[in-house]
Amino acid sequence: MVLPTSVEEASRLLPTAEGGASAKLLAGGQDLLTELKEHLVEPDTLVNLKSVPGLDTIEWNEAGELTIGALVTLTDLEEEAGVVEKLPILSEAAASIASAQIRSVGTVGGNLNQRPRCWYYRAEHAPCLKKGGSECYAFEGRNKYNAILGGGPSYIVHPSDLAPALVALGAKVTLKSHSTSRQLLLEDFYTLPSDGDILTETRLKPDEVLTHVHIPKQRAGMRSTYLKFKERASYDFALSSVALCLWLDQGQITRTRIVLGGVAPKPWRTVKGEQAILGKRVDARTIEMAREACLDGAVTLSENGFKIPLTKGLLTRAFQKLA
Amino acid sequence: MTIDNSMQISFELNGSMRRARVEPHERLIDLLRDVLGETGTKEGCGEGECGACTVLVEGRAVNSCLFPAPEVEGLRVVTIEGLCGEGLQLSPVQAAFLEGGATQCGFCTPGMVVSTVALLGENPAPSASDIRNALTGNLCRCTGYVQIVEAIQSAAAKLSAGGEA
Repeated sequence: MVLPTSVEEASRLLPTAEGGASAKLLAGGQDLLTELKEHLVEPDTLVNLKSVPGLDTIEWNEAGELTIGALVTLTDLEEEAGVVEKLPILSEAAASIASAQIRSVGTVGGNLNQRPRCWYYRAEHAPCLKKGGSECYAFEGRNKYNAILGGGPSYIVHPSDLAPALVALGAKVTLKSHSTSRQLLLEDFYTLPSDGDILTETRLKPDEVLTHVHIPKQRAGMRSTYLKFKERASYDFALSSVALCLWLDQGQITRTRIVLGGVAPKPWRTVKGEQAILGKRVDARTIEMAREACLDGAVTLSENGFKIPLTKGLLTRAFQKLA
Repeated sequence: MTIDNSMQISFELNGSMRRARVEPHERLIDLLRDVLGETGTKEGCGEGECGACTVLVEGRAVNSCLFPAPEVEGLRVVTIEGLCGEGLQLSPVQAAFLEGGATQCGFCTPGMVVSTVALLGENPAPSASDIRNALTGNLCRCTGYVQIVEAIQSAAAKLSAGGEA
């Protein structure tokens, strides 16, 4: 284990695009340690980001923008007073993750960069597409938990609960290496399997570190919520989730952001669903239009057809909660 | 930058300062059980699902099977052994579990009790739903949870009348 004292130093220890050391970044470890135990990754070095100062704070600036360090724990995010008051969608998403024990230690950066939960991916001896194999076993195998939107050739779903909420809030992420620094919309940070590199879910380069998440000041009057459906009532990953931001003027929708979780290989923003309901009142007909438009193009596998009515139900509940 | 193999750490365990030499990849649960002999903390699944290995680090419940031992350097750790008072007198939460029959095989109990102490530290008067929510990360395969929730409510009531969890 290596303890770097700066992001630049951490980056130099990571592999480059051409390969090199098989080092992995360690933050809270709540995903990485389980991957190590299953031998899904076998790095020769762990680069412990927790020795880098300045990445564990939540800061509001005077303009009302929020910056969250990658090492902020999920518990700290969930409980931050300004987040609870102004961004319920984010507090609700953080609270919905795993258990108290995991939220105490798991970090924002780790949650956004966690790897798929598909059981073929997690099974040590299954050489699936996501591990460099030639086949997505879920496509013709057991696929109850897999994607109905954006799938192919891999059908994983992205497991993060923070990601749909942050995409709905228009968040950006800062990605730093020893020689570069860039910002991306979180929406553009995530990729589909058909976009190219099947071995990753993001545009993070091998020597980059996700250091901060930035949330712009939201327009006045935003109502927001994150609803998640789990197979068991205690803790679990989302079978489906809805991140909804809504702005109303005299009952009419002036602006909205709708992002689905648990149903696609990345947080699934549905611009089509958003546009379908602009200017309308939140009534049964409008909700029906949103439900249809948001699920447009969904293709079910043999065992995950339930995700369509489930997601539609969550959309109805989310609109009813906010209207 | 330091590249270490084993490293010397010191931390507070149940009120006493302890020193140990740990490997970078060593888990907190192995340090507690195998090196320091505090075997009250149990290992169930080893992957963060069951909570049998729950301990407090700086007052927060964590899974010690998913916590690198070197990272307790300088921190305050409390295990089930640290909850007892003088002469192994049971703490109010432990006593409530015993009185309420909130144990069966007992394997999950240390983790349950430690998670309860974390909960009551933040919320001294939890509702049944607060309790179930706080304990989602602790699985019990015997009891069905009803007596556990009742025992925690009973402990909370006693504590609010005065005392420390």
